[in-house]
Amino acid sequence: MFKILRKEVLTPQTKLFVVEAPLIATKVEPGQFVVLRIDEKGERIPLTVADFDREKGTLTLIFQEVGKTTYHLGTLNEGDAILDLVGPLGRPSEIENFGKVACVGGGIGIAPVYPIARALKAAGNEVISIIGARSKDLLILEKEMAEVSHEIYVTTDDGSYGKKAFVTQELERLIKEGYRFAFAIGIGPVPMMKAFALVTTRYAIPAKVSLNPIMVDGTGMCGVCRVSVSGVTRFACVDGPEFDASEVDFDLLTARQRIYCEEERQSLERYQQSKCGGCERE
Amino acid sequence: MNEERAKPKVSPKREPMTRQDPHVRRHNFEEVALGYTEEQAVREAQRCLSCKKKPCVSGCPVEIEIPEFVKFIAERRFQEAIDKIHEKNSLPAICGRVCPQEDQCEKMCILGKKWEPLAIGRLERFVADYEMRKGEINIPKLPTPTGKKVAVVGSGPAGLTLAGDLAKMGHHVVIFEALHAPGGVLVYGIPEFRLPKEIVRKEVEYIKKLGVEVVTNFVVGKTRTIEELLRDGFDAVFVGAGAGLPYFMNIPGENLNGVYSANEFLTRSNLMKAYLFPEYDTPIKVGRRVAVVGGGNVAMDSARTAMRLGGEEVYCVYRRSRAEMPAREEEIENALEEGMILKELTNPVRIIGDENGWVREIECIKMKLGEPDSSGRRRPVPIEGSEFRLGVDVVVIAIGQGPNPLIPSTTPGLKTTKWGNIIAEEQTGATSLEGVFAGGDIVTGAATVILAMGAGRRAARAIDEYLRKK
Ligand SMILES: Cc1cc2nc3c(=O)[nH]c(=O)nc-3n(C[C@H](O)[C@H](O)[C@H](O)COP(=O)(O)OP(=O)(O)OC[C@H]3O[C@@H](n4cnc5c(N)ncnc54)[C@H](O)[C@@H]3O)c2cc1C
Ligand code: SF4
Ligand code: FES
Repeated sequence: MFKILRKEVLTPQTKLFVVEAPLIATKVEPGQFVVLRIDEKGERIPLTVADFDREKGTLTLIFQEVGKTTYHLGTLNEGDAILDLVGPLGRPSEIENFGKVACVGGGIGIAPVYPIARALKAAGNEVISIIGARSKDLLILEKEMAEVSHEIYVTTDDGSYGKKAFVTQELERLIKEGYRFAFAIGIGPVPMMKAFALVTTRYAIPAKVSLNPIMVDGTGMCGVCRVSVSGVTRFACVDGPEFDASEVDFDLLTARQRIYCEEERQSLERYQQSKCGGCERE
Repeated sequence: MNEERAKPKVSPKREPMTRQDPHVRRHNFEEVALGYTEEQAVREAQRCLSCKKKPCVSGCPVEIEIPEFVKFIAERRFQEAIDKIHEKNSLPAICGRVCPQEDQCEKMCILGKKWEPLAIGRLERFVADYEMRKGEINIPKLPTPTGKKVAVVGSGPAGLTLAGDLAKMGHHVVIFEALHAPGGVLVYGIPEFRLPKEIVRKEVEYIKKLGVEVVTNFVVGKTRTIEELLRDGFDAVFVGAGAGLPYFMNIPGENLNGVYSANEFLTRSNLMKAYLFPEYDTPIKVGRRVAVVGGGNVAMDSARTAMRLGGEEVYCVYRRSRAEMPAREEEIENALEEGMILKELTNPVRIIGDENGWVREIECIKMKLGEPDSSGRRRPVPIEGSEFRLGVDVVVIAIGQGPNPLIPSTTPGLKTTKWGNIIAEEQTGATSLEGVFAGGDIVTGAATVILAMGAGRRAARAIDEYLRKK
């Protein structure tokens, strides 16, 4: 069992947990993820590690409530425990001193960008961060990202905060203004990463994206996480999750993320009904 | 011959085992074969000729004293029968169900020359179940602890057998398992209807009672590497990580939605209990029409699972002919009885999807058998122009599994074959690294439960020797 030591509500739909997992905390590096299962009947889902504290033996996980499992997870509180947590999985990000780097995070994708940005800064890079969300109340980790960046730019789709733009438009603006990025990392919803790949390819910037296909085991055993990278099938859980942005088939990723749309909806409805049933009895 | 004269009244036919009706079982996940009653077991045991030369024993990879345990059954001394088996086999309830006896002990049985061979597997299962039903399983007296610690990677049959043996020799054993439940293929691969998970759970309980620690959610190579385990104070490491990497065919359309590896399909259903969705959270796509590609046990398990999940037309697409199918004969028969449609001498060439990326059809080509290949089986060759399509919603690729590169790639100095299997001495499991042993599917490639157990047993002996010298 893995105990939740701290819970924070970042936005109405985004929660942060600090979880006790000393073994994983000693080994995890930026870019890696864990797979968790809440309880005996739960499914296994991957979550990227948003932060870790080796001394305290803790991991920070940030997740958005989108389906049954993440909603259920969001109802857990400090003191509760998660049944299974395994990791660290996937390859760590390649951290080098590139020079000037762009760290681009969209929505919940800001969470995995954060430890990478921090590590890039520690490695001596000049970190230019661009983070964005649909609207002001959905923006997370602005303060934390500011701390690990030399410059930070914030956007929202609706203009309720920062600049009204997409993060990728902001990235392109900076490039046009003369920023010479030696490396860029972009994590967020698939359409954002697809746009990020277009921009970085257009300006020939070496760039990585972190892919989030459906996973089960997270160790290369089932193959559900297969993605196509420069025409070759790879398993994101062991060969990734980061790949060269210009080589990823994002349309395939989008299609494969939708495999269980129907079942996920059914599961969520059933869960919400059971919860409402509970309210009525009270 | 003395042997043939001994019991003139031997029945030529073996005692049949009751199985669930195919029409019923096609729709449930309960065990198909129901096992012998005491009367049936005794009657079958009486068919044994107690041959002096014991050809059956030579066919058994772990050399169970077959005529001896069978004689105990004939005499209704069931506890003694199971104790006899336990001397050589630590997982009899599992082996009695899934071993390919028809290629092992039963293949060598003298009775089989003229009649049906003795049903050795069913008898093994009977006494193992007898003991489980009784509840208390005898825990042997353990020797004084040696103070030595052994780490075991993987909790499949190789790891479990080795752990049990080493614990009985007084060593402290910790099994590290990547998944959340121990058992390896026995829990994530082989379905409930063939091997109830309760049996695996009990076998694992038994091993724990011997003092073995089982740590789940621990990926060796990621959570800790083998080097680190040795530094952490383990005196030896055994790698029984299995053949867990699914192979795909590399044909167009394999990444379409609705195409599964058998590993994924079976893991969702068995380990994650997707057949109980939405009560359990893990979903699975069933499909009305399903094509399973391959002809081994994994393919049969996938096809039979697909039928139970509601598949109406379930095809098995296999490139050679039925005679070459590597699956156990019994399982092929079971699958056919349940309604699986066999498309033999047929090979998929591509999978065709719709505009949303979902599988719609699988295009196949007819094959004929040519010259024998290196495995001695006749090589299938395509018949030009014989392409045809099957309309399907789900495709399960069950053409084999290889070794997962995770451990070799994180263990410098650990030698592997060009296919990625760990190189280990057959008799000892010793690898290129001192103190590191390996056995089971990770060494041999996908094989059988009993061979993995045999490797675990031999490595346990070698590790014991190594630790005593150390
Ligand atoms: C669907 C299916 C049906 C089968 N049917 C039969 C049958 O009827 N009869 C028969 O005899 N054989 C059958 N087999 C084959 C048989 O199950 C295998 O040969 C046998 O299980 C191999 O045992 P093993 O201990 O080597 O590995 P496995 O059973 O594969 O166990 C390996 C374990 O190691 C774990 N592991 C892997 N890597 C790591 C790591 N890095 N860290 C920690 N843990 C790790 C895995 O999660 C797994 O639990 C079948 C196989 C399948 C897939
Ligand atoms: S070969 Fe057959 S008949 Fe002879 S001892 Fe073995 S099981 Fe009995
Ligand atoms: S999640 Fe199963 S292979 Fe990647």
